[in-house]
Amino acid sequence: MLEIRDIFKSYENKPLLRGISFSVSQGETICLLGASGSGKSTLLRMIAGLEFPESGQILFNKIDLAQTPPHARDFGLVFQDYGLFPHLNIFDNVAFGLKMKIMESNSSLFGMSRQQAVGLQRRVAEMMDLVNLQGFEKRKVTDLSGGEQQRVALARALAPSPRLLMFDEPLGALDKSLKEDLLNQLRAILHKTKIPAIYVTHDQDEAFTIADRILFLHDGEIIRDGTPDEVWTKPNSAWAARMLGMGNVIEGVVTSPNKVKTEVGIFTLNCRHKHSKGEKISLLLKQSEEGVDEIKLKVEDVLFNRDQFQVKTKNGLVIHMKDAPKIGQIIRVKVQVECLA
Amino acid sequence: MQNKNLNHGGTETRRKSILRASVSPWFFRVLLWLAPILFLLSFFFLPLSRIMILAFNTSAFTKTNFQLILSTLSFTFYQATLSTILTFVLGLPSAVLFSRFNFRGKPLLRALTAVPFMLPTVVVASSFNALFGNHGLFSFLFPLSPEFTTSKTFYFLLILLAHIFYNTTIVIRIVGNALSRFDPKLEAAARSLGADTFHVWKNITLPLLRPSLLAAALLVFMFDFTSFGVILLLGGSNFSTLEVEIYLRVLKLPNLPLAALLSIVQLIFTLIFSILYTRTINQITTQTAPRFSISKPPKSFRERTFVFTVYCLLFTFFLLPLLSLPIRSFTRLEADRGQRGEVQYGFTTDYYKELFINRRGSLFYVPPIQAAANSLGYASLTVLLSLALGYPAAYALAKPTRLEKFLDPLIMLPLGASAVMLGLGFIISFGRSLASPWFVPIAHTLVALPFVIRTLQPALASIPERLRQAASTLGASPFRVWQTVDFPILSRATLSAATFAFTVSLGEFGATLLLTRPEYPTIPIAIQRFLSQPGGLNFGQAMAMATLLMLLTTLAILIIEKLRLPNSGEF
Amino acid sequence: MKSTFYFLLFTFLITSCATPATSVAPQTITVLTHDSFAIGEETIKAFEADNNAKVVFLQSGDAGAVLNQAILTKDAPLADILFGVDNTFLSRALDADIFETYQSPMLTEIADEFKLDSSNRALPVDYGDVCINYDKNYFAEKDLVVPQSFEDLAKPEYKDLLVVENPATSSPGLAFLLATRAHFGDDYLTYWKSLKANGAVVVDGWETAYYTNFSASSGKGDQPMVVSYASSPAAEVFFASPPPAESPTASIVAKDMCFRQIEFVGILKNTQNKLLAQKFVDFMLSQKFQEDMPLNMFVYPTNKNAKLPDVFVKFAQIPENPAALSYSEIATNRDTWIEAWTQAMK
Repeated sequence: MLEIRDIFKSYENKPLLRGISFSVSQGETICLLGASGSGKSTLLRMIAGLEFPESGQILFNKIDLAQTPPHARDFGLVFQDYGLFPHLNIFDNVAFGLKMKIMESNSSLFGMSRQQAVGLQRRVAEMMDLVNLQGFEKRKVTDLSGGEQQRVALARALAPSPRLLMFDEPLGALDKSLKEDLLNQLRAILHKTKIPAIYVTHDQDEAFTIADRILFLHDGEIIRDGTPDEVWTKPNSAWAARMLGMGNVIEGVVTSPNKVKTEVGIFTLNCRHKHSKGEKISLLLKQSEEGVDEIKLKVEDVLFNRDQFQVKTKNGLVIHMKDAPKIGQIIRVKVQVECLA
Repeated sequence: MQNKNLNHGGTETRRKSILRASVSPWFFRVLLWLAPILFLLSFFFLPLSRIMILAFNTSAFTKTNFQLILSTLSFTFYQATLSTILTFVLGLPSAVLFSRFNFRGKPLLRALTAVPFMLPTVVVASSFNALFGNHGLFSFLFPLSPEFTTSKTFYFLLILLAHIFYNTTIVIRIVGNALSRFDPKLEAAARSLGADTFHVWKNITLPLLRPSLLAAALLVFMFDFTSFGVILLLGGSNFSTLEVEIYLRVLKLPNLPLAALLSIVQLIFTLIFSILYTRTINQITTQTAPRFSISKPPKSFRERTFVFTVYCLLFTFFLLPLLSLPIRSFTRLEADRGQRGEVQYGFTTDYYKELFINRRGSLFYVPPIQAAANSLGYASLTVLLSLALGYPAAYALAKPTRLEKFLDPLIMLPLGASAVMLGLGFIISFGRSLASPWFVPIAHTLVALPFVIRTLQPALASIPERLRQAASTLGASPFRVWQTVDFPILSRATLSAATFAFTVSLGEFGATLLLTRPEYPTIPIAIQRFLSQPGGLNFGQAMAMATLLMLLTTLAILIIEKLRLPNSGEF
Repeated sequence: MKSTFYFLLFTFLITSCATPATSVAPQTITVLTHDSFAIGEETIKAFEADNNAKVVFLQSGDAGAVLNQAILTKDAPLADILFGVDNTFLSRALDADIFETYQSPMLTEIADEFKLDSSNRALPVDYGDVCINYDKNYFAEKDLVVPQSFEDLAKPEYKDLLVVENPATSSPGLAFLLATRAHFGDDYLTYWKSLKANGAVVVDGWETAYYTNFSASSGKGDQPMVVSYASSPAAEVFFASPPPAESPTASIVAKDMCFRQIEFVGILKNTQNKLLAQKFVDFMLSQKFQEDMPLNMFVYPTNKNAKLPDVFVKFAQIPENPAALSYSEIATNRDTWIEAWTQAMK
């Protein structure tokens, strides 16, 4: 459906996005995961038609959208700060896109037929049901809580049945429990409506909850593209691993074709890429009972986390233990070592 | 913005998208400016430069002339500065009153404050006389010595009072409009951080209001700086501003080279003020969120005292002088002839009846309804024209580029041009085509346009881009975005601007006198006609006409303000 | 939204319908005149019917403004005829040479005393005398004798009783200044200083003087004497309801105390419509026009045969010995006198 081809865009003469290519298919939700300033919002705005790539193409159903203004793209966009119209009540906010469609089709300045008005009422009610805000129609935007506002924003974007839905950090301003709640609702809605969606966030939890596919955006490039499962098991880069909250990434120097020397010891590796001697690479240390390597670590801090203890060690590595060690104690941990790009 | 095509593929596509999808920023800007610039060029710069070229002569460069210019300039400055400060002393609390509090009779009082703006100076002088003159209410309450009432100081005070009377509405409208868009969270935040009322104002509210305050101050100052009728009529021929001097040098003691020199001085100063204003205003970009109404009934004792005090002040200052007009229009104040010294006071409707009689079968007799229709017609055209020209200009100015920084100060220039000079320019530029009735709304638009732009610009700048984008992704074309987002959110500012344009047009006298056809006089012209001949009926009819004008404008303003845009009903 | 748009659309339609279209009748004659000009509808209709013409009036400002415009647009005149140049401006108009010579056959009916321009470029249409008007009730009540000379006005019994207009901004103000100049010669400024010392109030224009300061007008001001016109007492009767038996005001018509203003008409050079213009000038000097003029503009006709309206005969006085100053002398000195006056009165 949506296809992005080799997008280039610069900001203040520095490249912001380069060679971005990916596609989204029917019913698929993809998630663009990246740090703030990585250009992910810009990418979204280019897809929406609010900004333009310096080169590259954006196609939908094989049609280049370069000449299609934002209002004719039929893509829904949900903003981080909701972007609700303060001068309209909830009903009129949700009905906005529908009214626009009706007006364009009537090609008259004002007015719609009774039938259209009834249809509009029904559709708005449907949307209010969908986001669980029945009875909020007459309220003012400013009377609503953040979560409610976000649901209105979602209903507003969904109401005109867009060909594509885009979310720009939609839950950024909400607290955690509300976030999870909304995320699950959103996931259910996306599955139900089968609208392809692009979800932009810097929060990996959100990404993993919602996405069918995750794209890592780093340094203006997509460095990883895969299902949550693939991405999680093989992050393929130190940056991705850190982004995913896999804290135990450690730098090492290649000493011989399959040996790497690190602060916590020398490991034998079987990497996909060949590394030359003296090259610096990153390793992911996964704590695992089946691990072949055992490392010694000095405990620096101990935190209680749910049913186990999170132990911070001198090398900045974090491991989990059933019993709390003493600070300063040397512990032994079995790990599985993976190469990162 | 962007636009550097780095050597990547798809340049061709990009170029097309510039033209079709979104118009190129430069092209778009030029498009926005096209109509306003064309308008100003043909109806301001062209006629003005033609008369200047004709009149300007180095023979005016004499020592006495320069001394005259210098002394006039310093008085002009002095009175304008003082008047502006005093106008703010009354205007700021009033702006707060109207934007923050709800109270009985608010719409009416608000409308009343705008009425003086369009009353002809002769009528204002007359109503001031009713209040401050020797038989007036004021002198009855506070007896003043005749020495004082004929002293220069007294006349100067009258000038200042009249300037406040005229211009307070500018502050109320521009600053009040900004205040009502002000995010109350900011003040709450400051308060929670330990700031008291004073410091909240000083450190939060005032700095954030700066664009609007400056806009209002500039307009008030410009009006005082180019003050004409007030100085002539109330100044007891003791004072002259640049505008008065130009008038004298064009019409009374003809010396066109000197008049041209004076005009240039006035224009240069106008330009300097405008540039200063543009510089200051561009340093700050306030994004006050568009809000629902934040006015509420006064609660605490302090709030009640504030509301009560300002209310009373406005009531006495605006209502009493204005009331004297309708009172006089219904009162027979003539000596009963033959019976010596008896002055008969009595209620009469004769003056209103007389308005409908063409006693002398005069060719230029115009029934009051017709004069009102002329006035309303010209005013409506002025509103439409100035909004049509003001919107695109304000749009461009809301996000200024280098082009706007250059053009911005030029917009204000018409306010600084002497009406008589410009009038002469019109006459030599347009000749016989001046008989076209279109020139009246065009001249009015010239005066109204700076107001309209200055009212719309800060409001437009405060609309978050996000909202427009949201509308756009929901399928709204650029026109629909304007129609559904900008326009309703700007409804207040638009109404404000429209009211300004409307009142400017209703009250405009100088240009109208020069341009209007005698068969289609406006109400101020009709008033002037009555007042130019002796006789009780003439005076009474002038008062009746003035009352009509007052009523009409108050009603029009009330209607304009009631004219809620359906979509913004809750706004 | 809807209603707003319809409202705007509606007002637009209304106003565009209400705005009159300029007529382009083939036989149009345009008369440029000052904003105090007025005349009866029937009178103009009669001329239009007789000559198959359409008369268009352009009023743009006072007499000075209109003359200025005529001079500035000399090469491409705004109009065919200019009416309203008075004897204080006459030589400016003649010097600028904006008028065609026209030996109107009607001139025979015009009294010779008004024919100031021997070349007949500017033809006298009407005249009026600027005199001091006084509040009859005030003087009667206070048992005060009405002053009969300029010198009287500076006496202590008339302290604070006079309002005059600024000669720099007002035409009756200038006329009054010229009367004092004619009477006192070079000493006129000394006289003005004594007037000022005696509490004479100076205001910008006639409207303010008459309606704000003068005690016998409806403005109920403070001064019982005002510089106005000899015809004003008649106007006070004519414009009163119900009409009184006697005017509340009267003029002081003592020797030298009034100044006569004569208004002229002229055909503008480069007119495209000379014949019709000449006909209209004839018409302005004819009995019909001249008899209609007094009540419309409160001026006197120059045509010897024109009959005055009753109200003029009964309530207006004509001074027998108005101040005498030649128009060329006025032309040479008016600006100097005004400047000197302004300095002296500061």
